[in-house]
Amino acid sequence: MFSVLIYKLLDAVPTLFLVLTLVFVALRILPGDPALVALGEYATPEQLALFRAQTGLDAPLWQQYFTFLWDVVRLDFGASLISKERVVAVIAYNLPFTISLAFAATALGLIFGIPFGVIAAVRKNKLPDNAMRAFSLLGYAIPDFYLGAMLLIVFALHFQLFPINGGGDGFFDQAYHLILPAVTLAILKVAFLGRLTRTSVLEVLSKDYIRTARAKGAPENSVIYKHALRNALLPIVTGLGLSLLATLSGAVAVELVFNRPGLGSALIKAIAERDYPLIQGTIVVFALLVVVVNVLVDLLYTIIDPRIRS
Amino acid sequence: MTAIEASTDVAPAAKRSILKQIVFRKLSTTIAFGVILAFVLLAIFAPWIAPYDPLKQSFLSINKYPSSTFWLGTDQFGRDVLSRLIYGSRTSLMFGLIAPACAAVIGTTLGVMAGYFGGATDRIISKMIDLLMAFPELLLAIIVSAALGGGFWNVVVVLTIAFVPGFARVARASTLSVRQEPYIEASIAIGVRTPMIILRHVVPNISATIVLLWTLWIASAIRLEAALSFLGIGTPPPNPSWGNLIREGLGNIFGSPWPIVGAGLAITTVVLSINLIGDAARDVLDPNSGER
Repeated sequence: MFSVLIYKLLDAVPTLFLVLTLVFVALRILPGDPALVALGEYATPEQLALFRAQTGLDAPLWQQYFTFLWDVVRLDFGASLISKERVVAVIAYNLPFTISLAFAATALGLIFGIPFGVIAAVRKNKLPDNAMRAFSLLGYAIPDFYLGAMLLIVFALHFQLFPINGGGDGFFDQAYHLILPAVTLAILKVAFLGRLTRTSVLEVLSKDYIRTARAKGAPENSVIYKHALRNALLPIVTGLGLSLLATLSGAVAVELVFNRPGLGSALIKAIAERDYPLIQGTIVVFALLVVVVNVLVDLLYTIIDPRIRS
Repeated sequence: MTAIEASTDVAPAAKRSILKQIVFRKLSTTIAFGVILAFVLLAIFAPWIAPYDPLKQSFLSINKYPSSTFWLGTDQFGRDVLSRLIYGSRTSLMFGLIAPACAAVIGTTLGVMAGYFGGATDRIISKMIDLLMAFPELLLAIIVSAALGGGFWNVVVVLTIAFVPGFARVARASTLSVRQEPYIEASIAIGVRTPMIILRHVVPNISATIVLLWTLWIASAIRLEAALSFLGIGTPPPNPSWGNLIREGLGNIFGSPWPIVGAGLAITTVVLSINLIGDAARDVLDPNSGER
């Protein structure tokens, strides 16, 4: 198991390297002068030159590239152009909000999504199944920011059950502030994971070993939860990985809806203010998270299905 | 796959019946087609249908709730929400058609090259596809638009980059299977030049799959454009876009919730309808795709 972990981590290194290169390319080589973007169209040539010198943008590209990689290794992205705070400090403040949101949403999505999917599969073409299908069709179509805004309007504004915005202070207040954003993302997750579980379980239920299990008189619950679900887990884990990644981008929109601190709202604010070092720092962290999630999913595969280990 | 390929060389009459099969497969699909048609007509005839100018501000009618004069109320600048919604459908459908089309052209080119030439070309392109596929579309779009900024064509570029990997992957897989066909071998044997083989034999044979994929991605493009506009890095205000309506509505949430309700319903309805049609199309064109 440990060797698998090491192998997966080593495997992620070139990917990580490519991702960082991609971020570098996106921010430097694409059309548009970063100095001009940062300072606006009306900046004087002197201001532009000063900015380039300060941020190292006047160095040759290859040199900038290595500086960039070295900065990433040292986790040093400079200071925000607006607030003058260290970018690392801004990220360290915001990251826990995004992680807790992603974690809460995923937990809720799993707790409700998998049982709903199993029930729908077992009672195929009956009421629970039809309800599940209608729910997932809607969940695939409704944008996360719209769902969040509607929950906000109904439960925070109209019924005043939840706070309208912010991240909260202290553990309980933060948990209270977390409920609506987490439920927003979780509803979409239940739609996705529920449908996936249904399809996956249905496929397994038609297998020979299920018939064997039933034939030898295993109780129906044991057939479904021990024999079927366990074998249906692999596609669900793939889905879980996709859904975790979707949470990372969904968090951006939802954080904005609920005016909640977090990596996403920090990035969007940085883009709006053309805060170049902050944009670069948050994007690198997002990229790192994407790579980490992919490694974790790979690792989960090998835990769930021993056949992949070889 | 086989069903899709077969459908390319059947007579026009049979083709029409496939469209009919998709439209009238279920009541829900027929309704979905009606909804899409209605939105297309709304977008085309927006200037004649919209009751007011979508950009005209009026201090006399700020934050009005729905009434017989303003069917969906007004926003914080006194602009008519219904008119903004109707004009917003133009923005959405435009991006929905253009961005996946651009992505289809670029993605198919890359995918066909990877699939046809194989070797180092394939390895480089495949690695790039895998890398881009690792990112959720929205995140990729945000990264690119952080570098590019907003505006119509920039958003088209952003959406295109987000969709290219999907098309490239499918085009590559389809090309790999077409490349095994005897007619390709025969063309090579009689000395047809490579560009000619690709244009005459490979592309026509994978085009049906790509077109199907394109229609499915219209929904994704509409969603993504709305999300980007909502985040403030898509269609620049004051131009009406469904994402903008929700963004501005959120800033005025104490004033009037109606722009959010209306624009969100519009996005959800259109995306739901396209998804329903997509499901039906898949069922008709590929009956073996499994019971869903």
